[in-house]
Amino acid sequence: MPNKPWLSEGLTEKEYEMIVDLLDRKPTTTELGIFGVMWSEHCSYKNSKLILKNLFTEGECVLQGPGENAGIIDIGDGQAISFKIESHNHPSAVEPFQGAATGVGGIIRDIFTMGARPIANLNSLRFGELNNDKVQYLFKGVVSGISSYGNSIGIPTVGGEVYFSSAYEGNPLVNVMSVGLLKKENIATATAKGEGNSVMVVGAATGRDGIKGASFASDELSEDSKEDRPAVQVGDPFMEKLLLEASLELINTNSLIGIQDMGAAGLTSSSAEMASRGNSGIEIDISKVPTREKNMTSYEIMLSESQERMLIIPKKGKEQVVKDIFNKWDLHAEVIGRVNDDGMLRIFNGEDKVAEISAKILADEAPEYRRETKLPEYIKNVNEINANDIKSEDYNNDLLDLLSSPTIASKKWVYEQYDYMVMTNTVVGPGSDAAVIRIKGKDKALALSTDSNGKYCYLNPRRGAAIAVAEAARNIVCSGGKPLAITDGLNFGNPMNPEIYWQFKNSVEGITKACKKLDTPVIGGNVSFYNESPKGAIYPTPIIGMVGLLDSLKDKTTMHFKNEGDLIYLIGKNVEELGGSEYLELKEGKVDGYVPQLDLNLEKRVQKTVREAIKENIINSAHDCSEGGVAVNLAESCFENNLGVNIKINKEISNKALLFGESQSRIIVSISKELASKLENIAVENCVPYGKIGVVEGTQFKFNNLIKLDVEEMKVKWETAIEKKL
Amino acid sequence: MKAGVVTFPGSNCDADVFHVLKNIFNIDTKMIWYKDKNIKGYDLIVLPGGFSYGDYLRSGAIARFAKVMDPIIDFAEKGGLVLGICNGFQILLESNLLPGAMKVNDNLKFVCKNTVLTVINNKTPFTNQCEKSAAIEMPVAHGEGNYYIDKEGLKELNENNQIILKYKNKKVNPNGSINNIAGICNKERNVFGLMPHPERCSEPLITPGKSDGYNIFSSIISFINKRGGKIAK
Repeated sequence: MPNKPWLSEGLTEKEYEMIVDLLDRKPTTTELGIFGVMWSEHCSYKNSKLILKNLFTEGECVLQGPGENAGIIDIGDGQAISFKIESHNHPSAVEPFQGAATGVGGIIRDIFTMGARPIANLNSLRFGELNNDKVQYLFKGVVSGISSYGNSIGIPTVGGEVYFSSAYEGNPLVNVMSVGLLKKENIATATAKGEGNSVMVVGAATGRDGIKGASFASDELSEDSKEDRPAVQVGDPFMEKLLLEASLELINTNSLIGIQDMGAAGLTSSSAEMASRGNSGIEIDISKVPTREKNMTSYEIMLSESQERMLIIPKKGKEQVVKDIFNKWDLHAEVIGRVNDDGMLRIFNGEDKVAEISAKILADEAPEYRRETKLPEYIKNVNEINANDIKSEDYNNDLLDLLSSPTIASKKWVYEQYDYMVMTNTVVGPGSDAAVIRIKGKDKALALSTDSNGKYCYLNPRRGAAIAVAEAARNIVCSGGKPLAITDGLNFGNPMNPEIYWQFKNSVEGITKACKKLDTPVIGGNVSFYNESPKGAIYPTPIIGMVGLLDSLKDKTTMHFKNEGDLIYLIGKNVEELGGSEYLELKEGKVDGYVPQLDLNLEKRVQKTVREAIKENIINSAHDCSEGGVAVNLAESCFENNLGVNIKINKEISNKALLFGESQSRIIVSISKELASKLENIAVENCVPYGKIGVVEGTQFKFNNLIKLDVEEMKVKWETAIEKKL
Repeated sequence: MKAGVVTFPGSNCDADVFHVLKNIFNIDTKMIWYKDKNIKGYDLIVLPGGFSYGDYLRSGAIARFAKVMDPIIDFAEKGGLVLGICNGFQILLESNLLPGAMKVNDNLKFVCKNTVLTVINNKTPFTNQCEKSAAIEMPVAHGEGNYYIDKEGLKELNENNQIILKYKNKKVNPNGSINNIAGICNKERNVFGLMPHPERCSEPLITPGKSDGYNIFSSIISFINKRGGKIAK
């Protein structure tokens, strides 16, 4: 053993001492490796657990909260939805194609292990500015990795978001959300119980890929990170498709005690976590594990993150059922050990015992740290932004420039590479506020959205994170749904840095506050720390993935204007706010200012107003106001049907804030003249400010006397901007 | 009428086609497992889209050796209707039930979008409910849909009116296929392969909102009903 062997396992000297103390002896090489991954941030959440305990996780619809492979909510009729978001940032930074592909594979497994058939994927991506070769390589690689895996396995990629900012240049973010449908009675759990029950490994054979990936993900990226490429797993979507079908077939036979995906830390974490959940132990003989390569050591077999594998505890006597189903799909299914009742994880290699550790110690007793927090220096220097601080000569050009900035531009180049229609449930696909997925045989549907604005979270983490929740809910409402619950993908820099930890703590507080107010509990999620490159930390980026329910497909609403002559209303209030806006960054190259205010009471009422109007079936379109401001959001509603607008707003605020400010809690709707008074009544009843701001007409975009453009010209710029940069 | 939809390992549109036949058209429809050696009593066999065998080696190249292909080839040779959609089209090419070959899309990227097509031949079991020369819309979703055939083969396709569907023009051709070909049949007209997905546009409710795929299935049903139980029993 080298000097201080714990260092290469990512453990501190103190943690090593704890381990010696807990075991009452020095750990073996395999044991130390096991501790290294199990006590890594990725598996143990040791730096985040204490903060995450404060999240709002309870609600009427919650069937399974955080702690399992994925959370589950009730959607009525005996049906349930399992969903979760997960990051694969570090692997994607060093090997974008495989990193992103296996990110998709990993989250899909989390969903079908719960007994749910995955029916939709979304992804939330962050890259540096597109004018740089390395960023383009990462961007293309990630998109094609997601496309390759998701398309092949036959789950539609129906939505998501992509932002470009230099803060993500060395460390892109790849967060994938998967959503599955199940019958309530088929909920599976990841528990190992019942002395003498068999432990089986099913799916792919184990190889030497992805060894110690969990530890790799729990460190900052450096110039040498490309040396860690062997820590990136290689995905096989074909194998996963077989595994998915076999697993769901098996779960339907009611032959299982427990089933768990082998994700981060492979066999180690799946066995320790399953045993710990069932207050049991597990004994494994690693010589029985099917391997792809000869002479793999016990260390390698225990720590491999080879993809497309599951650990299964069948009910007594049901081993053959498992084997028959997996053999039908040409997959391995081998008994590799048994459940015991003394709580110990014992690893044998044939006759030799190579590790013996209490499962509880590994899975639940990792140290928990409350890291130091400090108000970041830059926050003290955030300035108020006045409209006069932004120089502009021509609002026509400003609008065109915003529409062709990659963050705002159409993401067609991305989503046309994703199969967003397979399974034939996609009622509203990518490019609207939220995707809408029908549930065959029922009139109801799901609305799905992911949201986060890293700039807001950088300038004010608490408010920025709350806005992410509010915007996700607004998107759901605009699509005709009722917001139900969220999953959170928390992406931050190094938690040892007190300023980063402050960002983290405040973001979680913001999420909690908004979730409570909007009654959308967190049912699971993922923390990704150490998102730093030599250039510094990323913007704090808590990504909110939200699921909502449309009671009826009649409620389906899109953002597109539909009829000439329809009136356009803005529900909510325009405020003089330019801080953190896309406009400010475009014109002045600055990320500065006070993040738009968020009054959660007003937010709730605005959402209620639009939801009631949709239920009354009176409005023809609804679109959330977000990045780029009202001018950009109106333009987005014009494009699909090539309809123009004539906007006349009595202004109480500056032209710049009116056009491009990003005030929250605003929704643009269109409605026929005859029904407009009904909408006004609903708004008044809910004490919500509103304004009739214009009419859908012609093929030109006219806004007061400030902007006059052809919709076609705007659309071409918006649609081709990303492609032109590549 | 009885229809069968084949599930190869890696098929992923099998359930979609099944849904349309069974729930939209109320046809007696069964799933056929790729290891089955006996298929009897069918009027229509559909090879669905997806990534059979992961599309490894070449799309469709391994699936053609699946056990179920022998009876399907037999069924086709006896005049049974075989519809190959997307990956199913690729498998039909690999098993020589249709002429030509498939290349990777000319822009080397997977493409999923709605396309505008022209019905070139509506005198087939698969398009008799479509208007000739009509522009119809159907979505595509593939990485290898760049249909190719040599000069002689192309001439033959044209002479025998085997080209059934074309992308409307070069501009909307999503993959670079020769002569904008989107779907062809065999000389006998009972085997049809196409890259677009009719099962994804048989209900107006779902994206892309058009339902021109409906007419492909209703053509088949109309043909079989007229023909009665004469062939392939």
